[in-house]
Amino acid sequence: MGAKTGSSPPVVLPPASSGTALFPSLNTLKLKTKQQELLIRVSILALVYVLAFAIRLFSVLRYESMIHEFDPYFNYRTTLFLTEKGFYEFWNWFDSESWYPLGRIIGGTLYPGLMVTAALIYWTLRFLRFAVHIREVCVLTAPFFASNTTIVAYFFGKEIWDSGAGLVAAALIAICPGYISRSVAGSYDNEGVAIFALLLTFYLFVKAVNTGSLAWALASAFGYFYMVSAWGGYVFIINLVPLYVLVLLVTGRYSMRLYVAYNCMYVLGMLLAMQIRFVGFQHVQSGEHMAAMGVFFLLQVFYFLDWVKFTLNDPKLFYSFLRIALTCAISVGSLALGVGMATGYISPWTGRFYSLLDPTYAKDHIPIIASVSEHQPTAWSSFMFDFHILLFLFPAGLYFCFKRLSDATIFIVMYGLTSMYFAGVMVRLILVAAPAVCLISSIAVSATLKNLTMLIRAKNNATPMGSSKGASLKASAKASSFDQPLPYQRNVAIALLLGAFYLLSRYAIHCTWVTSEAYSSPSIVLAARGAHGGRVIFDDYREAYFWLRKNTPADAKIMSWWDYGYQITAMGNRTVIVDNNTWNNTHIATVGRAMSSYEDEAYDIMKSLDVDYVLVVFGGVTGYSSDDINKFLWMVRIGGGVFPVIKEPEYLVNGEYRVDKGAAPKMLNCLMYKLSYYRFGEVTTEYGKPPGYDRARGVEIGNKDVKLEYLEEAFTTSNWIIRIYKVKPPKNRW
Amino acid sequence: MAKMLFLPLFILLLCSFECESFSAENPTDRRLLVLVDDLAIRSSHSLFFKFLESRGYVVEFRLADDPKLALQRYGHYLYDGLVIFSPSVQRFGGSLDQAAVLDFVDAGHDLILAADSYASDLIRGIASECGDPDAVVIDHVGYAVSEIDGEHTLIAADDFIQSDVILGEKKIEAPVLFRGIGHSVNPASTLVLKVLSASPSAYSASPKTKLSTPSITGSTIALVSVVQARNNARMLISGSLDLFSNRFLRSGVLKAGSLNKHEKSGNEQFVTEISKWVFHERGHLKAVNVTHHRVAELAEPAMYRINDDLEYSIEIYEWSGSSWKPYVADDVQVQFYMMSPYVLKSLSTDLKGLYFTSFKVPDVYGVFQFKVEYQRLGFTSLSLSKQIPVRPFRHNEYERFIPAAFPYYGASFSTMAGFFIFTIVYLYNK
Repeated sequence: MGAKTGSSPPVVLPPASSGTALFPSLNTLKLKTKQQELLIRVSILALVYVLAFAIRLFSVLRYESMIHEFDPYFNYRTTLFLTEKGFYEFWNWFDSESWYPLGRIIGGTLYPGLMVTAALIYWTLRFLRFAVHIREVCVLTAPFFASNTTIVAYFFGKEIWDSGAGLVAAALIAICPGYISRSVAGSYDNEGVAIFALLLTFYLFVKAVNTGSLAWALASAFGYFYMVSAWGGYVFIINLVPLYVLVLLVTGRYSMRLYVAYNCMYVLGMLLAMQIRFVGFQHVQSGEHMAAMGVFFLLQVFYFLDWVKFTLNDPKLFYSFLRIALTCAISVGSLALGVGMATGYISPWTGRFYSLLDPTYAKDHIPIIASVSEHQPTAWSSFMFDFHILLFLFPAGLYFCFKRLSDATIFIVMYGLTSMYFAGVMVRLILVAAPAVCLISSIAVSATLKNLTMLIRAKNNATPMGSSKGASLKASAKASSFDQPLPYQRNVAIALLLGAFYLLSRYAIHCTWVTSEAYSSPSIVLAARGAHGGRVIFDDYREAYFWLRKNTPADAKIMSWWDYGYQITAMGNRTVIVDNNTWNNTHIATVGRAMSSYEDEAYDIMKSLDVDYVLVVFGGVTGYSSDDINKFLWMVRIGGGVFPVIKEPEYLVNGEYRVDKGAAPKMLNCLMYKLSYYRFGEVTTEYGKPPGYDRARGVEIGNKDVKLEYLEEAFTTSNWIIRIYKVKPPKNRW
Repeated sequence: MAKMLFLPLFILLLCSFECESFSAENPTDRRLLVLVDDLAIRSSHSLFFKFLESRGYVVEFRLADDPKLALQRYGHYLYDGLVIFSPSVQRFGGSLDQAAVLDFVDAGHDLILAADSYASDLIRGIASECGDPDAVVIDHVGYAVSEIDGEHTLIAADDFIQSDVILGEKKIEAPVLFRGIGHSVNPASTLVLKVLSASPSAYSASPKTKLSTPSITGSTIALVSVVQARNNARMLISGSLDLFSNRFLRSGVLKAGSLNKHEKSGNEQFVTEISKWVFHERGHLKAVNVTHHRVAELAEPAMYRINDDLEYSIEIYEWSGSSWKPYVADDVQVQFYMMSPYVLKSLSTDLKGLYFTSFKVPDVYGVFQFKVEYQRLGFTSLSLSKQIPVRPFRHNEYERFIPAAFPYYGASFSTMAGFFIFTIVYLYNK
């Protein structure tokens, strides 16, 4: 018996032991769910990180590892210089190869963040014995920083909503076309690292406001410093943050946390930003930065008033004091501003800033800004193209934000709304709006999905567990007590969930397609579909620049429209008259004037600038439409803006721009026309069309017998895309 | 075998010949080709050719329509100068044509071109600045008194260009006899000079036909003009071939209305002096040893900084016909130029050919040029430019610790100290 009873415990024990074993295992399972959740989160983030990098590699696979577009060539050239000559030489670099004969102080007129970042990566890799070429580093910098942006987006999303929203935000921003357009491999431009810096600064600032911690505020000041060093778009931060603070003050959300965060961020950020030579004292003197300073002083007044209110303890007395103090503060502030403006100590807003606030400003006043295609107002289709489903998830996200208003959501709402406005003003600012749109949309997606899954789970849990455990029953009852009245709730939820997944997968497909089709072209190598569907590659740009490098004297000066300036100096290694750093409007206008004058007048201008070669881009043979003839009206406008001798109507016929027989006589004989169409009248470009048929504009040209007197053809690339002419020396016997 | 032996010998000869000839170091011409209508000119103008030969020129006579005529062989010019005394030739022989003659000039060689009252289109084409086709210059006031000329087409011209370089230091006393066509000079051209102009009473017309309004009149008529091309090739265009003839060189002259009869016309001195100029015996300058450096340094920097003090020097020599002599003038200027001259300074000279100056680089950065543009009447033009970038201060080249900044230093250090003390008091004073 004893044995039996003695033996019975082992019999009973198993369930007990299994119960205790189950308990710990349940416990470990519970712990494991948390761990699993962490594991899943980390692996999702890691996958997103890889995805963000991988999707940007289309251009490398399609073409080759090369630098794209125009500005990146300048960045590449300066990075090369930095890695070869060191930081101090770079910082003091006076470049005599561009803007001849004015030259350009490179160190003082660029944002060095991108170059220094790439050089640091390069040096690190070298130190780790990876023998990479600096070009590869430059090509992959933008994708690398896009990957980093996804991590920041996760933490930002976590800060303003929850970690689910953070994950969705990371995934959305990883493939958002609006962001990919400026950060594919090879697009080695400031924006590539700047968006990372922008989002990081915002995240750190929001974190600082939420915690009131000096450390986070300091971190955000450093984030701001990195942003200032990387991109001129830092002005957006230094205006948005004070605006946000102002909104918090007005809505009565002023707190000590805000005071600490803003003051620390502003003061340190300002001091740091002033170390960048290109910014320097502008940060305390120019009109664009005045809002931040004003808000800074306002915060001090606010704090002071708070303190007075606390010490006075008498509302009546305080109100009279308040009135006096406010009048004093406002009058002193406006007086200081007025005196500063009048004496010129505070510079007025620049044209670029105006054109941001008023979309029509640039068109009327600054043709050089309006002439850039990426500065055009955005068409609705490009919103659809760049945001896809985010476009209608955005308002939904705003709804959720307003529903759960906090300091952080107010920030993201303001960021979203202002950047959306700017995105509407300028095409390229879609880039700035992209992170905000992704974050707000992720809130919508995450909140919706969470609600739907909760509904489904509630039903699932309610039926099997309702009988077994009381606690869960209570919970399910609590959950279902709201939802009881709705029939087919679960089915609808599942349907909605499927719909959401469908939308998200469409988004992924759309993003991949857009990236592969639209944003992965280097634009320096052109691709077209041949007659038999095969890909035809036009590598004329590099052919021409290589010719310049090998066949012209080392000190030859090349005149071209400013778009190609950076590429000529970087790839052709020759001096240019104007380039993409459009800081001197008169100099550009002089080139515009030369291009739109008759040959003999242009010759005098070219002689005065010591021009040896003239380079034009011509698409009449290949049908390449962004050539100089299509840009020509801008040359006329910019030239005419400074030299009234050039009149736009003289190049138009009844307000119409044409190059065929009906074109204006001045148009048919100006330098640009002659250089583009020299000997083109002899060429048959398309079967069944007369010779001299311009495929880019689809007309037969009007002046087929172009004679050049002061210039001679030096080189024309195989597809005629680039034509180079030599300026003849003055006539020997005249 | 004989041929093979002959060939190296020939090359040797050629080499020695080449050494003697025209070069940048020795700019006087050596080998002249004279093209004539008929070889009689060789004797009728023998005095002129004798002058040339006596000065060391190798003169080769060819008929202008010689079918074997060629100016260059294997890309090398066989002659340094060309004298075209064949006003009536319609087509040159061999490979020579108008373009070849102009190419010859553009390659830096010299040309004397004499037209006559019957100049062909070819000659006119070369001269390209001609007057009326049939017209000769007639001057009823300034004519030369002679027995046979009733039409006053033989002119005694004495309106010379005022240039010692072109016409020699000795003044030409007697008038120059001239019979032939006048030409007008393109006023837009800066390179052409009228060496001998007609008098104000001259006009250009055909004496045979009834007088209509003459196309060119007075002193705008150029009788003899020279062109110095941009590559310093020199050309002489004369409206009269007789100007060079023995008859005109030897004859006396009595200008109508003048009592002073000259035993000998000015033609001999005129053609001698002007041929010296045309064939670069005079008025040929060269600039060498252009140097510039910072004061108290010797090496030429690749780049200047704004406000640097620099020294610039250049050596200018003049060719005297046999050797390079220092050129002395006080009007040589250097520009420090970027779209417009920022510095314009006259150079001082040590009278041994060295010109030098020093100046401060302006407070403007950019790509500057040292420019010497020296164009004086009769001299070859000197046009030198040397590109040099000027950079701004480096970050560590600004002045440190200037007295005006002491208040700011004081302010920042006192603030730092004050903040430190305040922190200590605030944190530990409780």
